[in-house]
Amino acid sequence: MYNILVGGAAGQGIDTTVSILEKAFKKSGYFVYTFRDFMSRIRGGHNFMVIRFGNEEITSHSSKLDGIIALNEETVYIHRDNLKKDGFILCDSSLKGDFDAIRIPMADKAKELGNPRVAGSISIGAVLKLFSVELEYAFDIMKDHIKKDYIEINREAARFGYDSVECRYPHTGGGYKDYMLISGNQAVALGAIAAGLKFYSAYPMSPATPIMEYLSRHGVKAGVVMEQAEDEIAAINMAIGASYAGVRAMTGTSGGGFSLMVEALGLSGIAEIPVVVVNVQRPGPATGLPTRTEQADLRFAIHASQGEFPRMVIALRSHEDAFYQTARAFHIADKYQMPVIILSDQYLGDSTSTVQMYDLSRVPSTAPLVSCEDDEGYLRYRITDDGISLRKIPGKGKYFVTADSDEHDESGAITESAEVRRNMADKRMRKLEGVVKELQEPEFIGDENFDILLVGWESTYGPIKEAVKILNSEGSQKYGALVFGDIYPLPTKLLTAKAAMAKKIYNIEQNATGQLAGLIMEMTGIKCDGCILKYDGRQISGEEIADRLQKLLRKEGL
Amino acid sequence: MGKSFSTYETAWCPGCGNFSILKCLKTALEELGKDPHEVLVAAGIGQAAKTPQYISANTFCGLHGRSLPAAAAAKIANEGLTVIVNTGDGDSYGEGGNHFIHAIRRNVNIAHFVHNNQIYGLTKGQSSPTTSLGHTTNAQAYGNINHPLNPVLLAISAGAGFVARSFCGDQKHLVAMMKEAISYKGYALVDILQNCISFNKVNTFAWYRDRVYYLEDDYDPSDKIKAMERAMEFGDRIPIGILYREERPDYHEMNRILAGREPLVDQVRDPGTVRELMLELV
Ligand SMILES: Cc1ncc(C[n+]2csc(CCOP(=O)(O)OP(=O)(O)O)c2C)c(N)n1
Ligand code: SF4
Ligand SMILES: [Mg+2]
Repeated sequence: MYNILVGGAAGQGIDTTVSILEKAFKKSGYFVYTFRDFMSRIRGGHNFMVIRFGNEEITSHSSKLDGIIALNEETVYIHRDNLKKDGFILCDSSLKGDFDAIRIPMADKAKELGNPRVAGSISIGAVLKLFSVELEYAFDIMKDHIKKDYIEINREAARFGYDSVECRYPHTGGGYKDYMLISGNQAVALGAIAAGLKFYSAYPMSPATPIMEYLSRHGVKAGVVMEQAEDEIAAINMAIGASYAGVRAMTGTSGGGFSLMVEALGLSGIAEIPVVVVNVQRPGPATGLPTRTEQADLRFAIHASQGEFPRMVIALRSHEDAFYQTARAFHIADKYQMPVIILSDQYLGDSTSTVQMYDLSRVPSTAPLVSCEDDEGYLRYRITDDGISLRKIPGKGKYFVTADSDEHDESGAITESAEVRRNMADKRMRKLEGVVKELQEPEFIGDENFDILLVGWESTYGPIKEAVKILNSEGSQKYGALVFGDIYPLPTKLLTAKAAMAKKIYNIEQNATGQLAGLIMEMTGIKCDGCILKYDGRQISGEEIADRLQKLLRKEGL
Repeated sequence: MGKSFSTYETAWCPGCGNFSILKCLKTALEELGKDPHEVLVAAGIGQAAKTPQYISANTFCGLHGRSLPAAAAAKIANEGLTVIVNTGDGDSYGEGGNHFIHAIRRNVNIAHFVHNNQIYGLTKGQSSPTTSLGHTTNAQAYGNINHPLNPVLLAISAGAGFVARSFCGDQKHLVAMMKEAISYKGYALVDILQNCISFNKVNTFAWYRDRVYYLEDDYDPSDKIKAMERAMEFGDRIPIGILYREERPDYHEMNRILAGREPLVDQVRDPGTVRELMLELV
């Protein structure tokens, strides 16, 4: 497995270089996992991306580097301590700093070729040669990334880079060339399309914006109306209005926008209008760290909005989950006529991974709960045993579809009757009993005869998976882990069973207060013995989890 | 023709201007030959916003201030619905002020009837964005010091294609304005001067009645500058009628997925699309 970092200032074209490199690696057969670390600025600063690739599945980034492709000196100084013993630095000859490097006159050659911007392609050519990947792969991909008139000169540049260095690492094969390379955000958009999304409204906010951008570009083909709303309040109210009128609708944002959507979650709850809301988390509070990652909105997602109403919260663990669980969220929202909140984060949303083409037969079919049959006596909020009332599409038959954010009776007329209020509150909450029956238990990873149990949720899944592998191959203790996808209501069966077997339980979370541990305690009485928390805006890696846990265990004399 | 809309018992104060607005809405819809099952009356929260509760149609009473985005999206989802928003001045210009501006920009084919009583009725009489200077209320105990907003002027300047003003005390006029607004293709605003008998003792029924006058027969509503001049008249004399009107493509005609197609709710997607999109990522 190889791991390289491309770093430089914003505006230096790292994005294009990395997009072409990761695709070329994948086309050559490798599994690729690219992690993106941005600063919140358009020019300057320090941005880097780490491409990890090899002939087996990769679920986490790693800080141990085989190579650094430095577009400026700062990149070298920040990252060289992470370079493996025989790792390399590749840079332009103009970088004179006191470090060993493969220096290529990229800027000069680019100027000679007639366009300073093709320097990036020189580095692409050089990197491919270092890793024994044929240049043709990059040529092919350039078609999608570079304007037609500039392709030839970029190819020439890449050829120059390729010829400037020698092969350094053998190609180790791999059967992933027909897989997709997809970001978590794209996977959410695609999952929604697969579920029949027809309306998406959102207000731009990092790191959720790529969802709206993907849907805008591909909406025409997929039949999705993507509307940029004036604010997040409008975004969610639009999604609810479209859903009321009978189309599957979604909105997406990050924590700040989600805060503005809160009142409307309750509207979806009381008016029983399905809506799917994606929160691609970033560190808060307020503006926080706009382009970085955190998992601190769990409690917020569970409790957001006044009053009580049923909802479900699903955390995305991987690029597979991002697709299948988003599609499932629509099914659940429709079936129970309530909001479903999807929690993702910047790490998952922006990172790209090699994924097998999704199996569309695994996408749940539309819930058969919408009818257009004439019914003059139709009661939109008829009280039923399971709490679910037949939904109809307004304008499609002889009936009236009502919706009200005030408490209402079975017909939808507002009321202040104590009895109706009780019955309606009970009816709505009864829907959760059905939801609980369909909950998916957390995924168990590791050794069935574990001593130590790790618990986590959402995007730390990949790092936890890698950590368990490392830990089980090193220590004398055996490790297992439970990583939650469905997180509210909290599935407790597997947790209770595994917790009973564990000598110690540790929660691994990307927040400062251990929100999952608190939820587990509240719902099951199970107390975690210790925790590994990270809330500096940078995603924890498998190596870091393993390392910190071993230190912690040593300290505790285990 | 001949389809009739039922209205139900209301919880409004006797003498409230909302009664005649409800009656005019029913008449306008009936005269336009609308089928109640194909009409959606939406609102936010307030006294005016109770209108959907009192008429037989599909109804959407959402959050305070937030009915415009929801109503516009419902229309985007199903072009077959006739979508009307009946709601208050606070709901439309205060809590929902941002949505008001952007509903104009979005230009979805909906009619927006603002029951403008220059006060917050439901919450018992605080100032609204249209309350006049100096007007004392329980929350503006020493008189309102915030300058009133001119909604029709704002709408014209923000680029609305249909802007009218009417008065609840002139039912014939109001019905005509409502019919024009509903028939207009695009976002249409009718700011309806409405007396609140309980909480606005300044702008009473008589106050409005004595001031309103019809725009002249030869008034040209396509002249934007003139329209803005007339929109600014709000004092001893208040013009009512269509202040500004301009024909232009609405949201549906501009949107690639909606233009010339069946309503979004009825569109069937080619099942091969997701596969195609996945192949682009290989
Ligand atoms: C978020 C929110 N804030 C405040 C309220 C309280 N509230 C309900 S209606 C209203 C004002 C209504 O005024 P207007 O829209 O002019 O309607 P009117 O009652 O005058 O017809 C207010 C402040 C609310 N329901 N929701
Ligand atoms: S408070 Fe005013 S607006 Fe409300 S019903 Fe009474 S008169 Fe009408
Ligand atoms: Mg009012």
